[in-house]
Amino acid sequence: MTLPHNYEMVIGLEVHAQVTTKSKLFSGSSTAFGAEPNTQANEIDLGMPGMLPVLNTGAVDSGIKLGLAIGAAINRSSVFARKNYYYPDLPKGYQISQYDQPIVLGGKLDIDLEDGTTRTINVTRMHLEEDAGKSIHDMGSGNVSYVDLNRAGVPLMEIVSEPELRTPEEAGAYMKKLRTLLRFLEICDGDMEKGNLRCDANVSVRKIGSTELKTRCEIKNLNSIRHVMNAIQHEAERQVDVWESGKAVDQETRLWDPDAQETRTLRSKEDAHDYRYFPCPDLLPVNLTEARIEAIKTTLPELPDALKARFIQQYGLSPYDASLLTSEKTYAAYYTEMVSAGADPKLAANWMAVELFAALNKSGKDLEQSPISAAHMGELVSLITSGKISGKIAKQVFALMQEAAENGQPASPATIVEQQGLTQISDEGALKAICERAVAANPDAVAKFKAGNERIFGSFVGAVMKETKGQANPELVNKLLQEAIAAQAN
Amino acid sequence: MSDLLTLSATEALKKLHSKEVSSVELTQAHLARIEARKHLNTYLTVNTEGALKAAQTADSAIANGEIAPLTGLPLGIKDLFCTTGIRTTAASRFLDNFVPAYESTVTQNLWNAGAVNLGKLNMDEFAMGGSGENSGYGPARNPWDDSRVPGGSSSGSAAAVADYQCYAATGSDTGGSIRQPASFTGLVGIKPTYGRCSRWGMVAFASSLDQAGMLTRTVEDAALLMEVIAGHDPKDSTSSPQAVPAWKESLGKLSLKGLRIGLPQEYFIEGLNPTIRSMIENAARQFEGEGAIVKPISLPHTQYAPAAYYIVAPAEAASNLARYDGIRYGVRKEGKNLIETYQNSRTAGFGAEVKRRIMIGNYALSSGYYDAYYTKAMQTRTLIAQDFDKAFEQVDVIFAPTAPTAAYKIGTNSADPIAMYLGDAFTIPTSLAGLPGISVNAGTIEEDGTRLPVGLQIIGPRWNEQVILQVAHAWEQLAGLTQPPFQK
Repeated sequence: MTLPHNYEMVIGLEVHAQVTTKSKLFSGSSTAFGAEPNTQANEIDLGMPGMLPVLNTGAVDSGIKLGLAIGAAINRSSVFARKNYYYPDLPKGYQISQYDQPIVLGGKLDIDLEDGTTRTINVTRMHLEEDAGKSIHDMGSGNVSYVDLNRAGVPLMEIVSEPELRTPEEAGAYMKKLRTLLRFLEICDGDMEKGNLRCDANVSVRKIGSTELKTRCEIKNLNSIRHVMNAIQHEAERQVDVWESGKAVDQETRLWDPDAQETRTLRSKEDAHDYRYFPCPDLLPVNLTEARIEAIKTTLPELPDALKARFIQQYGLSPYDASLLTSEKTYAAYYTEMVSAGADPKLAANWMAVELFAALNKSGKDLEQSPISAAHMGELVSLITSGKISGKIAKQVFALMQEAAENGQPASPATIVEQQGLTQISDEGALKAICERAVAANPDAVAKFKAGNERIFGSFVGAVMKETKGQANPELVNKLLQEAIAAQAN
Repeated sequence: MSDLLTLSATEALKKLHSKEVSSVELTQAHLARIEARKHLNTYLTVNTEGALKAAQTADSAIANGEIAPLTGLPLGIKDLFCTTGIRTTAASRFLDNFVPAYESTVTQNLWNAGAVNLGKLNMDEFAMGGSGENSGYGPARNPWDDSRVPGGSSSGSAAAVADYQCYAATGSDTGGSIRQPASFTGLVGIKPTYGRCSRWGMVAFASSLDQAGMLTRTVEDAALLMEVIAGHDPKDSTSSPQAVPAWKESLGKLSLKGLRIGLPQEYFIEGLNPTIRSMIENAARQFEGEGAIVKPISLPHTQYAPAAYYIVAPAEAASNLARYDGIRYGVRKEGKNLIETYQNSRTAGFGAEVKRRIMIGNYALSSGYYDAYYTKAMQTRTLIAQDFDKAFEQVDVIFAPTAPTAAYKIGTNSADPIAMYLGDAFTIPTSLAGLPGISVNAGTIEEDGTRLPVGLQIIGPRWNEQVILQVAHAWEQLAGLTQPPFQK
């Protein structure tokens, strides 16, 4: 999507990723999703008098992991501060967050674009903070709002990008890549529907060629990649209209209304809070030893970019397929298992990306829930390359494999081929006779073919396939038919 | 009965554990004393039933030979410490109805050691004050002269211990709130090194300064009780893993020969009552007579301590008190909307001094002022700590007056917050540096025909509570002072 009047977008994203820990950032309460309201909030989360925070070191380790994975600097000493403001879902009257001394500084994220190219986006910083509770309005009880503190104190990583993204598509690609990385590192579930990945987008526009940063607006709380992209496009268009009408864009915090497809003012700069940040005196600075960072480094898995490069190099995949198959750790693992089961790497990629994903999509399942194992998929692909079955028959076998697996009796493709008698006929002697019969039975067609109607060749193929129930080796059939027709002429 | 009440905690425990006297007897005696001395306004909540029950439990434990260090000992608790099922107000009307569902670590340590909780003691609201007059429940009165303040913020703790309404009481010290009332009531008051005691369950005033401690009538009692309440607590990140030494055992084992005592010139200034000045100097001279070496020292940044303190403490307090919004607990005064409910609840719940500090604190932290106030104050704090570090390269302990005056009449300073703030000038530097300090009675002076006690403050290096307890104990022996008078 582009902008009129020769404008371009300047986009920076602040992503809030919920850290996958069993307990909260500063208390022992559970972080499990979906519990009854206010059943996962203890005295600390409720801000009772005299209660003190104790830092969850697991969340710190997760932050270090992300920092190492994006090649950032890990601050050997970082500080938690208090961000003071009043809100009903903030029981202490302040949020504990890192401010001027975050745990991670800098870093880079290579985003994968639709055309198979990549772009490097710089990350400004990443800090740890606690989430607030949730205010629930409109529960049909008139002028009443409810507060659920289950989420209060849940650990978040706030990942801030430099304003280097230029299109909504790039913003979407950034979100996708970050999500992939977080899931690879197993430090965030990345489930936007459950709110464990949320995004604030800072958007401004300027004339292409300008390096000036114009007034930006922040769009808060975008909870899907589609919303991120749509909100940015509409906000940028709005700003172009404002500038083009001779007015100036006001610095504001705005909200995205997906129903109306527009952003709306939440608060203006004048209403901005003075958060009165200061170091939280209840917590010590987070001091990290080299040994701890080194130990975490050894736990890092092969990262998506490295895996993608390896898939391209080792298996000859296209950048697009390689990106897709490394977008989830489980995809990469499944694919690798198919290849180790003997499947041709390119064909395996094709079968996985097209047939398997389509089938899973249709039944609303994730790859982890796939009824067909990677070993069986790999075997299926090998049956094609070894000439045992044709690609067409393979689709039939795939459907039967699904059926069998869903009935709780998963069967290997070889077994199905055997039981159903689907083995490809590659016996030249047997096929030769069938081909010769097909040609002899239709002299009219032979004449037409010879007269230059090449399309009629298909009718001979159809006849052979009909007689062999589709099991004839198609390449062999082509060759034998050509020979039989040629023989007729002599 | 008075002979039971006037025992020291150590003596009472000896009698309890040798079954000369029962915990129920001691508890009843104290409950009767509390009832009879109500006009001193020391207790905000008397735990009559709970105390008697705990005493009975203690007596059966003693009968079964299950004796913990404090089994059966009746104590008072500053109302800043949360106590399960017992109202905890921090002397704020805001928490008038607050009954915690949890126990502070300090008090839990006391109950684990077998102590009996007589009740919750008056104080300045949220520990903000130096006289007890900022209590939402009226001031506690000084038993030496009930027209005078007992000091603060641990006003009820000091008055109750000095008036024999408990053997000892917990206190909390942010800028002098244990030591100064100990000075005003002739008691021993110890504030340990910051991080020595857990702050978990202690209603927060200024988190980087708040420390629990004890008010007792003897140094031996202070050592005994500190051993119980101190120690690492995983629930408080600022509590130290340092091992707690056997402080009581160490008493009397310090040789005074060659002990180096520093007298900081910056503490002996105009505004210090000249009689108090000579009492502190005399105390040092008495140690000199025992072979100690007295040296004048300099703590050059002392004069900036109150200014730094009255930025840092209110800044933390403003944030710590933000949770009192009237929604989840405490007093709620409904308004037309949420903001108005917050405003009404806080307006009705907080006293004038608390509001003043919230305003100062928020101002100091606000954008554009932060560097000039908070950052500067924190830098000053570092300089003050460095002053002490340098001093302790030359001396083992520092002697100073605890307070510039003896106990004053109720109402004297209440209209002048600055005069009130300067009353803490000698205790604040130690708090800012996080060092241990103890106030021990140095004798009495006469004011308007009344004899009033005056405290000697002994300051030690970080984590060295032992040396200040030992020196305070030695002073107790040298001075041979009497206990606070037992008023009928």
